[in-house]
Amino acid sequence: MIRLVAAQRLLVPAAMMCLAAASAVMAQTIDGRRSGFDFMSRDSQQLQRDDTANPGMLAVLDGEGLWNAKAGRANRSCADCHQDASTSMKGVAARYPAFSAALNRPIDLQGRINACRETQQQATPLPWESKELLALSAYVGNQSRGMPIAPPDDARLAPFRQRGEALYTRRVGQLNFSCANCHDDNAGGKLASAVIPQAHPTGYPIYRLEWQGIGSLQRRLRGCFIGVRAEPYAYGAQEYVELELFLMSRAKGMTIETPAVRP
Amino acid sequence: MLLAMTAADADELRAFKVTGDAIVEPLGGARGDVARGRAIVVDRQKGLCLLCHTGPFPDQRFQGTLAPTLAGAGARWTEGQLRLRLVDSAKLNPATIMPSYYRTEGLTRVGAAWQNKPVLTAQEVEDVVAFLATLKDPQ
Repeated sequence: MIRLVAAQRLLVPAAMMCLAAASAVMAQTIDGRRSGFDFMSRDSQQLQRDDTANPGMLAVLDGEGLWNAKAGRANRSCADCHQDASTSMKGVAARYPAFSAALNRPIDLQGRINACRETQQQATPLPWESKELLALSAYVGNQSRGMPIAPPDDARLAPFRQRGEALYTRRVGQLNFSCANCHDDNAGGKLASAVIPQAHPTGYPIYRLEWQGIGSLQRRLRGCFIGVRAEPYAYGAQEYVELELFLMSRAKGMTIETPAVRP
Repeated sequence: MLLAMTAADADELRAFKVTGDAIVEPLGGARGDVARGRAIVVDRQKGLCLLCHTGPFPDQRFQGTLAPTLAGAGARWTEGQLRLRLVDSAKLNPATIMPSYYRTEGLTRVGAAWQNKPVLTAQEVEDVVAFLATLKDPQ
């Protein structure tokens, strides 16, 4: 008994140190919400942690180049207006999607980048899922890495967020699944070989091993629609922004990981 | 495969009668084939069963954990009960995640390639029923 207590004295601080170390990395297990990071193999976690190995960092580097490159008829770079992204873009990805007064609807970060391209740089918008748009999104997103997701307290977003929740809980497709059927009710279970995560969009754009490439949340959502044999919405559809609004509010306070690695 | 697809395209859903928690009569009087049924059950694109279920299939890697094992299904249920659970499990439990394999009504936003088609044809449902009925051992 005495020996047991002694062992516990040793173990408890060790366990607490482990917890502290783990929470320093992810800090996402406090209330039962877990990042997809927690569901993946140690190898994949290591790949994400190591910037020299994380393939998503290549997109971040490409994005840095694009940030500083002059574009459009205005012949202006992102940096010409926003200067140092490490200051000006810090926390931006953590609060998107946000309401665009000009468009009178919410837009996601990619939509924001393209709006800037059109109005400020007078350049053609980058195609959805293009290497360039993903790179700029990854670069801007990376400036918020380690910060808590902080959806804006903006009443104009509420009806769109509610529509996102309705989309999340609506059964669709020939196989008749809602997002919630898997990601709320069966998270942690295995769909064939794949562990079902809780669907927190903490690290987009992500480098997905299944894709052998980087992709947006919209691409990921399309994958689920196709999986349940539903008609996916087109890239850029408002439904994706609404779903993202709901998912980001659901993930409020969780840590941005961009660029995350996922299986 | 091409023939099967054409058959599925042309397959108007056959009428069936639910008695209690079962469909006693085979769909359209088709006779199930145990070997074909097994092939459908383990096919990840066709039957999809092992995405969610485990079962007595030592040759099959990566079986899902979202649903009860198929081992012993033939002891737990009669063929008629198995048939209704395949055709439209939601009739018994609206909250189930088990897809309705022989239903085209009451679905939303079905992908273009799948519209007005059941997941399995009547013959394929009968094949799966015949196979599941052989799974008597609960291990």
